[in-house]
This record gives sequence, C-alpha cells and structure tokens, in this order.
Amino acid sequence: MANHNSNNAANVLHPHITPMSTYLKVAGVLFALTFLTVIAHQFHVQLGAFAGPIAFLIAAVKAAFVLMYFMHLKDDTNMNRMIFSTGFFFLIVLLLFSVVDIATRVTEVSPL
Amino acid sequence: MSTDNITHPHAAHVSHHFKDANQEYDAGKQGIWLFMVTEILMFGAVLVGYGIFHAIYPEMFAEGASHLDWKMGFVNTLVLIFSSFTMAISISLVQQNKTKQAAIALATTVLCGAIFMCIKYFEYSHKFHLGLYPGHFLDVAKVGAQHANLGMYFGFYFAMTGLHGLHVLIGMGLITWLLIRTIRGDFHSQYWIPIEGVGIFWHIVDLIWIFLFPLLYLVG
Repeated sequence: MANHNSNNAANVLHPHITPMSTYLKVAGVLFALTFLTVIAHQFHVQLGAFAGPIAFLIAAVKAAFVLMYFMHLKDDTNMNRMIFSTGFFFLIVLLLFSVVDIATRVTEVSPL
Repeated sequence: MSTDNITHPHAAHVSHHFKDANQEYDAGKQGIWLFMVTEILMFGAVLVGYGIFHAIYPEMFAEGASHLDWKMGFVNTLVLIFSSFTMAISISLVQQNKTKQAAIALATTVLCGAIFMCIKYFEYSHKFHLGLYPGHFLDVAKVGAQHANLGMYFGFYFAMTGLHGLHVLIGMGLITWLLIRTIRGDFHSQYWIPIEGVGIFWHIVDLIWIFLFPLLYLVG
C-alpha cells in the first residue's frame, strides 16, 4: 500500500522529516560556537588584528549551520538555493566596492 | 485516491489556483526565500554602512563598544539559538502529526522571543539612563565622551538592534498566530507551509543576530 501510494499521488506531500537527533546536534554545535566566540574574545588583546576576523569566521560557520539545517537549504530545491545565493552575492558586491572605495581614498588639502 | 485517504487521514490542503499540493508547497517556499533576499540586503546595507564608518573612526567605535555589556548580548545569543531550535523541531513534530508537542515547541519559541525583548529593554533603559542616545541626542557632557561624534556609534547601535528587535516582535506575533492555528488543528502531515515560512523568517532573525553580536559587542 505504501508503495502504491508513493507512486500515484501527486497530491500527497512526502515531507523530508529531519530527525530530532540532527536538530539536537546542530543546536549543540551552535551553543558550543557561541561559547567559543566569547572565549576567543577573552584573548582579543593577544590576537590583535585577528580578533575581528576570527569572531566573524565563527559567526559565518554558525550562519552556515542555521541555513543548512534549521532553514533546510541542505534538502531544498536548487531554485531556493540560487535565490539565497543571489542575495548573498549582491551583498558581497556592495561590501567589495565599499572596501575598494574606502581603501583607495586620498586625503587632499585644498591650497585655497 | 481512496487509498491515500487511508494512509493519509488528512487531505492535502490545495488552493484552487495550484495544480497540486507539491506545486503549492514549492511556490510558498520560493516566495519566502525571495522575501529573505530582501531581508539579507536590508540588514546587509546597514552592516556595510557600519563597516565603512568603523574604518573611518576606529577609536570612536572602540569607545562606543566599551559602553556595551557583552554578557547581555551573549545571553541573548543563547536565547535566540534555543528559540531557533524549538522553531525547527515544531515543523518536524507537525509533519509527524504530533500537534500537542508542536504547540509546546511554538509556545517555547514565543517565550524565548519575550525573554530576548526583556533583556533588550533592560539594555536600552540602562543606555538611556546614562545619556547614551543616538546621533545628536547623545549627552556628550553627561557621558563624558572622548569623541564628540560618539552619537554616530549609538545611531548604528539603536538602528541595528532596533530593526532587529522589530523583527523579533513581528516574529513573535506570527508564531502566536501559528500557535493558535496549531491548537485549532489546522496543521498536519499534509499542510504545514505557514509554519515552515514563519520558521525561515525566525531563523533569519537569529542569523542576523549571530552577526550583530560580535559586530556590536565584541569587535570594538
């Protein structure tokens, strides 16, 4: 009966049910990474210029876990992955051109 | 089709303008992802703006960040991650027709949102008490600010956390609506797209906070 059912019915949804153990593991990883962010912050004097990039790297890993498992992009259609990627892509474009702008500015004093 | 009704006691909920349940589900989810792109770009623009002015006035931003208590931000991060977890499991539970447990998970999510907003309220009222207002409203003399433009940092702080807080409030409202509909028995193994859509919205709110926490509280 189950076979027959999955074959014929376009009108029946067959949800991909993420098991509870996966959600528990992901939540565990996210909690651990939050603690890691704060632990890394305790050494921000020693880390110097690396403190910022390390904090954002951890945040990016956390974001990837949320997107993949909580927002189900791992099991989603390519169309939805593409939609998310375009938003992310244009954000990178904005960031990149802003960085280029700020980094190449020359301070000029008017002789007048 | 009669066999479907035996294995699936709940019929798929299909509006007349959709071909079938799968098309309705895909269309709904695609719409939510398009909405998420606008959210990413809106918060992204403010984030890039923060980055630009941080690069121009690094010392002033460091002074601003020193006024924030990272412990408050840390607790709020944990609260939001836990609420994302309960939101995610509510979908699984509804898909398995465990309506009662799903309702408990959704109620926990709203409760976590309320805890987040309470902590935010204490943070804000403490800032106001010290005279730390956004922009030119900042009381430079009372604060004893070393930089005359410290108000810019708090302009960013209140705009970013305020916009985020507004999303948390809207999310809490939407999840309350889901909770009522779940208790009413509207959702089951064949119809749960509203929970999934609001869930994606709630997770992006969590996602934005994941970046706001190090940006505002840690990297000064």
